[in-house]
Amino acid sequence: MNTTLDNPVINRIKQDIGENDVVLYMKGTPVFPQCGFSAAVVQVLSQLGVKFKGIDILTDPALRQGVKDFSQWPTIPQLYVKGEFVGGCDIVREMDSSGELRELLHSKGIYTKAA
Amino acid sequence: MAMDAVEIERLIKEALPGAVIVIEDLRGDGDHYAAHVTASQFAGMTRIQQHQMVYQALRGRMGDQLHALALQTAIPK
Repeated sequence: MNTTLDNPVINRIKQDIGENDVVLYMKGTPVFPQCGFSAAVVQVLSQLGVKFKGIDILTDPALRQGVKDFSQWPTIPQLYVKGEFVGGCDIVREMDSSGELRELLHSKGIYTKAA
Repeated sequence: MAMDAVEIERLIKEALPGAVIVIEDLRGDGDHYAAHVTASQFAGMTRIQQHQMVYQALRGRMGDQLHALALQTAIPK
């Protein structure tokens, strides 16, 4: 685990979350999530009608470790909005049920479906 | 690999003295837990920082020995 902040994986993460408004690092793909927690976040985003880029970390062990180092967060999934780490499954679900997630997305100019 | 609830509670209490911790073994398999942690130390922190504090208390076991810990944090009223 010699991941430093200027290694290629970290640069790739920065690029991905910089170029896409909403990014979800997950196990599996949005269509075929490979883990219940990843599936739960996909479901939240889909219900909000938010367009997002799903990145499967199972296909890339370096990325899997890199994203954990980048956010100092030990688990996948991880949701990023406008380059900022929002949280994992628990936080996303909590923010969704309280309405905070919709507020956050709107404050960043990201379109969601009407409630 | 699994971890028992007493050990999880002990590690969290050690890092957050005075915290009120409720742990539930979701599937009875020692590997999927839910934890509610209420601690005055969380005051002024974002939710991410609060969760990070709990993860730090578990010293790397989260995502390794412990597959799933559904976490909810709160500040005592």
